[in-house]
Amino acid sequence: MPGVTKTLRAGRSASRRGTEERPLTKWLLISTALVFTAVFLLLPLANVFAQALSNGFAYYWRSLSNPDSLSAIRLTLFVAAVSIPFNVVFGLAAAWAVAKFEFRGKSLLVTLIDLPFSVSPVVAGLMFVVLFGLQGFLGPWLDARDIQIVFAVPGIILATVFITFPFVARELIPLMQAGGSEQEQAAMTLGASGWQTFWRVTLPSVKWGLLYGVILCNARAMGEFGAVSVVSGHITGLTDTMPLRVEKLYNEYNAAAAFAVASLLAVLALITLLVKTILEWRQARDFIRAQAGGKTVDSDCNANGFNNP
Amino acid sequence: MRMATAKHSSLPGFGLTLGFTLFYLSAIVLIPIAALVLRALQMTWQEFWTLATTARAISAYRLTFGASLAAAIANAVFGTLLAWVLVRYEFPGRRIIDAMVDFPFALPTAVAGLTLSSLFAANGWLGQWLVPLGIKGAFTPLGVAIALTFVGLPFVVRTLQPVLQDFEQEVEEAAATLGAGRLRTFLTVVTPSLLPAVLTGFSLAFARAVGEYGSVVFISGNMPFRTEIAPYLVVMRLEEYDYQGAIALAVVLLAFSFVLLALINAVEQWASRFHR
Amino acid sequence: MSIELRNVSKQFGSVAAVSNVSFRVPDGELLALLGPSGGGKTTVLRMIAGLEMPTSGDVLIRGIRVNDVSVQRRNIGFVFQNYALFKTMNVYNNIAFGLKIKKWKRGETRDRIHELLQLFDLAGLEKRYPHQLSGGQRQRVAIARALAPRPSVLLLDEPFGAVDAKIRQELREWLVTLHRDLNMTTIFVTHDQEEALEVANRIVIFSRGRLEQIGTPREVYEQPANEFVARFIGVMNVLELTVKNGTGRIEELEFPTAGLADGQKLRIGFRPYAVQISSDLTQHKYRAIVRHTFFLGVLLRVELELPSGLVVRARMTKEEYAINGLSDGSEVSFQIRQFRVLATEDAPLAAEKDLSFTRPPTYAENI
Repeated sequence: MPGVTKTLRAGRSASRRGTEERPLTKWLLISTALVFTAVFLLLPLANVFAQALSNGFAYYWRSLSNPDSLSAIRLTLFVAAVSIPFNVVFGLAAAWAVAKFEFRGKSLLVTLIDLPFSVSPVVAGLMFVVLFGLQGFLGPWLDARDIQIVFAVPGIILATVFITFPFVARELIPLMQAGGSEQEQAAMTLGASGWQTFWRVTLPSVKWGLLYGVILCNARAMGEFGAVSVVSGHITGLTDTMPLRVEKLYNEYNAAAAFAVASLLAVLALITLLVKTILEWRQARDFIRAQAGGKTVDSDCNANGFNNP
Repeated sequence: MRMATAKHSSLPGFGLTLGFTLFYLSAIVLIPIAALVLRALQMTWQEFWTLATTARAISAYRLTFGASLAAAIANAVFGTLLAWVLVRYEFPGRRIIDAMVDFPFALPTAVAGLTLSSLFAANGWLGQWLVPLGIKGAFTPLGVAIALTFVGLPFVVRTLQPVLQDFEQEVEEAAATLGAGRLRTFLTVVTPSLLPAVLTGFSLAFARAVGEYGSVVFISGNMPFRTEIAPYLVVMRLEEYDYQGAIALAVVLLAFSFVLLALINAVEQWASRFHR
Repeated sequence: MSIELRNVSKQFGSVAAVSNVSFRVPDGELLALLGPSGGGKTTVLRMIAGLEMPTSGDVLIRGIRVNDVSVQRRNIGFVFQNYALFKTMNVYNNIAFGLKIKKWKRGETRDRIHELLQLFDLAGLEKRYPHQLSGGQRQRVAIARALAPRPSVLLLDEPFGAVDAKIRQELREWLVTLHRDLNMTTIFVTHDQEEALEVANRIVIFSRGRLEQIGTPREVYEQPANEFVARFIGVMNVLELTVKNGTGRIEELEFPTAGLADGQKLRIGFRPYAVQISSDLTQHKYRAIVRHTFFLGVLLRVELELPSGLVVRARMTKEEYAINGLSDGSEVSFQIRQFRVLATEDAPLAAEKDLSFTRPPTYAENI
């Protein structure tokens, strides 16, 4: 999990004279970093809310409670709620196989898991159209059974699962690898079955990483645009997710409403960051607790170490 | 269920987990990719080449790769700066900035595009100062580069941070005891050790930028031959029912993804050569 | 005087890592900074190097106050505990680093490096990278790198900590030889007292940031300045006595305690070599059974158990052991011929040098 030891090491930057930059250089670097952050990160964030409220709060509220916007919100939540569990199960299985065993082709497998990261979302959406669309490989077969995947919710779910595929696995693999196999082996010598070992030993040790992976997965699932755009057909009220709704409102020149929906997504992003920070803090705290032993103070002796009667 | 290829078979579940992993991987990732490639192979090489290299497509490639490269370089420079400042120094607001670095990762790309384009438009908070100076951030290739810098920002920082944190500062002290000043130490001792991580982060940011869609389509205006990126052209062709054209273009982008992925792996291998 | 510390203290936040330390190091001395972890010895070494600045007090090198002189300009050689080799440079470039900074000509650099490679038995390894070297080789490269620019002082931080025991022994001997050949002032930090006793000309003993004693190995062993040093160096039997009828007692043992009132407590210590053992049960005052015998090579460490359960650690040569026909479980008589008062209730960590002899020892003490 990134930044686990971050909170532990922050104190190390304390005075190492003779090997530190001059104060002027230091502050120059810090200022540049601050300016860069402000321009690229903080301003865009603030702008979302400013624009959303540019027509007043009442308009903001009305944009959000518009039935099409509401159905977009519902669809987004639904897609996320369905995609995430699949990827969690996969992530756990993949991490177990990769972290606890040696086999040929392991690094190829890990590379393949990373594949969705480097594929353009539009290409991802197109893949599913090619597979399930009317003119696709499975098109006639599906059409004969009246099953609609592309231009319908199942397609959106599939595209979302593809895009968020690596998140949980990528978090869990290094975590499980770092944990080694010894604890599991110890559990088995004590009589635990495979499932019991997994539930009682492995899962608790990766719980923060798992949660973190789920958070990231969720943020990406709710925010995915390109792939869903291609696969959904943009049918308002039926297959518009929140990002697509934002686009639609923008194209209708209803900027304030577009920003209103966007502000919800921005809040989601902030909550994601907040939860992530809390999780890192928790993980660091658990780590420190595991390191420190208990120390008892012997207060029975006098100043020279003689026992008081 | 045990497979003969497993070596550490003292723990159970190998067959089950590997089997499920492969099944899921195939169903969600490999088969769809195969479908796309198969579809492309149904064209003759001639057809494919024509569709993949129309003038409009070439101009789209140029913009996509050019802007992505510029954005990745900007991220490499500022990302290194950010990582250094976050790891080495204490200052007010450090924690907030550290958390905010992941903001582009967590924010939906559509929202990013929307807010950036509004910021740099003539009446936006930044645009009102910059446009009179001739710096047009909206509906221009510059805007594309700005959006791509935004989405790629976390990659270099997050790849570099753990490396910097684990960096043995004693080597810097050693260089100092041998007489090296701060700048010299940084250039001759610190940089070579950080370079692999920076390169990895750069490649990741580059790969992300090339495929990026959501944030760019809001800020670029999508004018053919001027501000149209390759992924957008794919969507355009789809809407015009030019499936062949869309597929040809998509396969080109896919091929580039694979090459980049292989490159990133190679860089990571090369990077670990001094630390075995 | 090569190096001098005057009333040096160092605070890290609210923690006093070093408190009011003063000592002098003559030219050419091989000095050990010894003490338990957290004692302040590494901090003192780093202050001499310039990697830390004293909170108060002065550090002088060759009579010049160097508190404000940066580490780059102090012309010291520093060897880190984990070597801190430049991983992306080969052996040649690692050693050449300091020379390049001082702008040595290429020819001179080459000669100097080859001279060092020969001296340190690293010939043929110039092109290798740190990750291709063994632990001992990396250690020698680190020292060669520090020595290349001809510093006036060599500082080593736990130089033999990260190496196997066998190699550690070889490296210790090698360091002594090196020091003799180069005749350079050398200061090294260690928490291993055997190492300090074996290698150093003088030892500075630290505990909790304070300087407890400075002296030759023999001095700190035979004339410890206080209880801490007495217990830290070598093995010591420590007993807590209560005065009854003018004599300090615990279980069967008694020791003369001049001038202390009944009921007072005191702590005494005696070295294993001060225990004289005989299989003739009438020869000495006390009786015990040999609980366990530890084979240490030339010597044997013998643990004696008294009827009350008290355990005394003693030392004998193999010959004496054999002459007396001893084995585990044998009954013996013994007496204690030298002891030292470590502390009394009124005097904390008393710098007692009083010894009560019955007869002077007849055999060698330190082996």
